[in-house]
Formats: sequence, C-alpha cells, structure tokens
Amino acid sequence: MENKVIETKGLTKYFYDPIKFQVLKEINIGINHGEFVSIVGKSGCGKSTLLYLLSTMDTDYEGQLLIKNELITGKKDNELAQIRNEKIGFVFQFHYLLSEYNVLKNVMLPGLKLGKYSETEIKNRAMEHLKTLDMEDQALKMPNQLSGGQKQRVAIARALINDPLIIMGDEPTGNLDKKNSDLVFDILKKLTLEKKQTILIVTHDNDFAQKTNRIITMEDGRILL
Amino acid sequence: MMNYTLILNIATHLLLARLKQTIVAAVGVTFSIAMFITLVSFMNGLNDLLDGLMLNRTPHIRLYNEIKPSENQPISLSKEYKNNTNFINSIKPKDRGKSIYNSKAIISYLKKDPRIIDVAPKITTPVFFNSGTIEISGTINGIEVLSEEKLFKISDYIIDGNVVDLLQNNSIIIGKGLADKMLLTKGDVIKITSTRGNLSSLKIVGISQIGIADIDDSMSYTSLDTAQKVLGEPTNYITDIQIKLFDMSLAAALAKEFEQKFNLDTIDFNTANSQFETGSKVRTIISYTVGIVLLIVAGFGIYNILNMMIYEKMDSIAILKATGFSGSDVKWIFVSLSLIIGIVGGLIGLFFGYIFSSIIDVVPFETASLPTVKTYPIHYSGIFYLIGIVFALFTTTIAGLFPALKASKVDPVEIIRGK
Ligand SMILES: Nc1ncnc2c1ncn2[C@@H]1O[C@H](COP(=O)(O)OP(=O)(O)O)[C@@H](O)[C@H]1O
Ligand SMILES: [Mg+2]
Repeated sequence: MENKVIETKGLTKYFYDPIKFQVLKEINIGINHGEFVSIVGKSGCGKSTLLYLLSTMDTDYEGQLLIKNELITGKKDNELAQIRNEKIGFVFQFHYLLSEYNVLKNVMLPGLKLGKYSETEIKNRAMEHLKTLDMEDQALKMPNQLSGGQKQRVAIARALINDPLIIMGDEPTGNLDKKNSDLVFDILKKLTLEKKQTILIVTHDNDFAQKTNRIITMEDGRILL
Repeated sequence: MMNYTLILNIATHLLLARLKQTIVAAVGVTFSIAMFITLVSFMNGLNDLLDGLMLNRTPHIRLYNEIKPSENQPISLSKEYKNNTNFINSIKPKDRGKSIYNSKAIISYLKKDPRIIDVAPKITTPVFFNSGTIEISGTINGIEVLSEEKLFKISDYIIDGNVVDLLQNNSIIIGKGLADKMLLTKGDVIKITSTRGNLSSLKIVGISQIGIADIDDSMSYTSLDTAQKVLGEPTNYITDIQIKLFDMSLAAALAKEFEQKFNLDTIDFNTANSQFETGSKVRTIISYTVGIVLLIVAGFGIYNILNMMIYEKMDSIAILKATGFSGSDVKWIFVSLSLIIGIVGGLIGLFFGYIFSSIIDVVPFETASLPTVKTYPIHYSGIFYLIGIVFALFTTTIAGLFPALKASKVDPVEIIRGK
C-alpha cells in the first residue's frame, strides 16, 4: 500500500489541563487516494482532536504523521503552513469565512497565497468551482448575506481552489438541516466520483457515514477495527 | 516566498472593516506629527530670528588689541632665573593703545584671502554725549560706511534717515534710546566729548534701532574720518578689523590663524555669543521632546486599537492560518496594518503641520524692538518633515509589533474548537 495520501503511526496525544489525560491512544490509520472516509464515534471520543493533528494545525503529539509518504512530524511552522495551503482543504462546522471579503475573494484567497497561478486564472478557477456548487450568482455577495448551507458550499469551493491532496471536514453538516446536509454530501460524493478527490469527514451523523466508502469508528481515543 | 501585495491587501481589508477605529488611530498620529512639525518649524524660526539678530551684527571674526599685561615680563629675559618658578605681584596692563598697528597692510592682505567675503575696519570708542547740562556715556562706532553696509546691512536698523549720509563730514546716526533721552531728532546737532576731553559737534543725520535697549540707549555711528577727528587721532587709527567669511564654520580656526599671523587678539562669533547657542539648543530640545511625547501617546493609541482588533479578528486569524498563512504572514499583516496607519496619519500630519506653520507665518508680530520682523518667524526645512515621517513610522511600527507578534502566535485549533 504505497499510495497512501495520509498515514499515521502510533499517534498519541495528551491533554494536561485540568489533569493529565490521554485523548488519543496509538492511532494508526491510512487513507488511500480517491477514498471517501468518515470518522464516527461518540461525542468526546477524540475525533476533532485527531483531525486537528492530521491537518498539521496541532503539532503537540507523539508518533508520526506522513503525507504522501513524507514525514510531516517535526516540520517548522511556515513549512506546515505551506503544506496546509497546498495539500489540504478544510471545511469546518461553523463555516469560517472571512467577513471582510466577498464570496469570490474568500474562495480565491488560498490560491493567491499559493501564487501558483495568476490572479485572473485563480479567479476563473474560483468561478468554476462556485458554478459546480451552484453558487456562481452569489459570487459577489458578502458572507453575512448567505444562508448556512450556502456558506458551507463556499467553504468547499475554497477548500478545492488549490487542488488539494485531501479535503478534511469537521462535522461540516453538523449545523445544517437535512436538505442542506444532503446537498453538501452529494457535492462531496460527486467530487470523489468525478475527480477522484480524497475526502476525510468527521461526523456523528450515522446516515451520513453510512453513505461513505469507509467508516472509521473511534471510542475513547482508540480506533475500533 | 512571501506575497507582499496579498498581505497588504488583507491588511487594508481588515482596516476598512474597522474604519472608525482606524481613523481614530490615524488621527492620533496626524495630530502629533502636525504638532511636531509646527513646533519645530516655529522654534527654529525663532532660533533663526535670534541668531540672525546676533549674526547680522556680529563679525565672524574680530581682530583687536586687548588691554592686558605683557606676556613676557622682564624677569623672563634674565638667564639667571630661567629655571626658577617666578612669582610676580601687582602687574599692571601695558598701554599699547587700542590702535591696530599697520592696519592698512593687514586689511589689504585680508581682502585678498579667498575665504573672506569682505573686511570692514572700525573704531569703537567710549564718549560722552552732552545735551544741556546732562552727560550720557555711550560709544561711537566709526565705520567705513559702504563695507559696513555690505557686511552688516545696518540700513535695516536705521529707522529715520539714510546710512550714506554718514559720508558727509561731521555727521552721526544715534540710537533711538539715546535720541529719546536727549530729546534730539534728525537734523539736530549733538555735542560729544572724547575721553581725552576733545569737544566736537556733530549733525544727526539718522536714528537707528537694533532692538536691544542697552545698545540703542548708548550707541552711535559715524564715519571713520569723523571718529578719528573726534578722537584727535591720525587717519590710520583703527581699533577693530571685522571679517565675514564665506563659511562661518571656519571662524574659530581662522581666528587662531590670524591671531598668530598678525600678533593681534582675535575672537570668533561663537566664542563671543555662546549664550545664543545655549538658547537655540534649549528651544530645539523642547520641540523634539514635545514631538516625541505626542508620538508615544499616539503609539499607545495604535497599540490599544490593534490589540482590540486582534481580539475581534481571532476568527479571521484562525482561518488565515488554517488555509495556509504562516505565523510570520499573520505578523506582517498586522505590522502592515500599523504601518498603513502610520504612513497615512503621518503624511496627513505633515500636510497639516505645513498648513499650521504657514498660518503662523502670516500672523502679524510687530514689536518696536524688532523693526525688520513683521510676522512670526517660521523655518521651513525638508529635514523636519523627514524626521517627522521617520518618527511616525518608527512609533507605529513599534506599537504594531507587539500586537502583531501576539496575532502570529494565535493557535487556530483553540479558536476553531472554542466555538
Ligand atoms: N484544549 C483541551 N484541553 C483539555 N481537554 C480537551 C481540550 N480539547 C478537548 N478536550 C477533551 O478531549 C476529549 C476529545 O475532544 P474532541 O476531540 O473535541 O471530541 P469529539 O470531537 O470526538 O467530540 C474531550 O473529552 C474533551 O473534553
Ligand atoms: Mg468534535
């Protein structure tokens, strides 16, 4: 299995406040290219904590994290930022968009940061993504003029702008009604089917999880096989 | 690696989203820079005015004979006591006379020196002015009218009459204070007694006012000829040689050089007027101190506003970091933010500083003691504006740096999880 997009080896994490407590215990997982994987488990079992480690935002852990067989553990802040920018797309539960920018600019921002394409090209790509998400006519609105489902679609477009290796989501549908959450699922599903996009979603919505390729179940900081 | 336009773009958007606070912060900088420029320009204007008052009337170097004891007392000629330390009591100064020996030759030599603008010979001598029964002590400045006018522009201080009238025989221009005390006006005749008792009558052809009461109460101008006649001295009698230099910073060095060459006493303007320099320094220090204090206050304003902004923008910082902006990118965003406030506030401050100084420059300021001054003095100088903007950038950068470092250390996980 050499084609793993992301892989962990004995990932272990403690919290020290208020008391020392092991939140993740020897986690070994691997996600293959093109897979649509969901992580499920009871609230408080450590799903979000694991995702933050995988996302490279949290570096305080034991064990190893590899992306495309490259060791990520121990890299410097600006190298990790570069990896997040280029290889990882994020969708949070509370659709974090920059309120200072309009929808289009929000989607473009990680692309501008990467600087791989010209601004006009990035703009065209952003418009294309918004179009596939049925959001093109909202491009010039400000985030506070959008509904929850619309914001989440903008967040997905933003996650896609740099053609990431993997899209990660922490309960991206947790804050949405059934209709919008189905819509978001369909979009993600379409991305794996049509573009072989690798996706890893944390959720406690079992219906949602059932429809994915693979379910990873967590309990008390461990993976259940 | 870092994309500056993008960082500037984000900084501007953050600022525009908080326009009111931004304006408050910038106004603080504007105010302090404007005050700084105005104050420095005004204080330096005052310095120029007061220095001018002194410098216009003062030669850069003056050659004269000081009354003092001989440096070589007879005992030093004796071989017998050569190796002893000799104490001599009750030495009296030797009267070599105040006259400069061989003055014509010295003057023509000096006039050829390329470092010298021109040379003006002069006789200063104490006299008594008589009016009825009163006697007032004062001085006569016997001048070579044309070179004196060229070097010291004395016509600026003649409030009645004309300098060139001094070229007439037996004419005099007296100080305003003197004229007032003795109830004399232009056209009257004034009687003068020299220290040796010679009596002469001179016709008043003008009244002068320099603006310093002590001088205006006692001073008068005559031509060299007239002064020599009043004193009963020959036509080569001169007590002072005044020199103006092209580069006045050489004054001290040249004074020393001439002292040795001509075996005369010399004094340069700085030594003669050291109190002026002290006054100038104090005024400069005051204006810079006030400027810096104002800027520090403005700096604290910026610091507070940026700190507040960072708390409000935690979410934005977390998203930026999650989507690939590094800690140092975030730091630069906030430093740029502060710099934008500094540049915009500072430039507007320079502009208002210029406006304020221009306003002060046209406010009438007429005082009898300063006849050549009509409005408050302002010194315009690019250097002040340069210092102003550098100050503004420096303070805002420092004020922005601490909040920026704080922002760069924000842990996105904490923010995202905290919801
Ligand atoms: N910063 C923290 N300090 C201490 N304990 C924490 C912190 N963050 C989370 N926890 C604890 O770690 C456990 C796992 O949390 P989390 O990963 O958010 O769970 P999940 O996402 O599966 O609901 C919980 O018991 C939670 O209380
Ligand atoms: Mg969670």
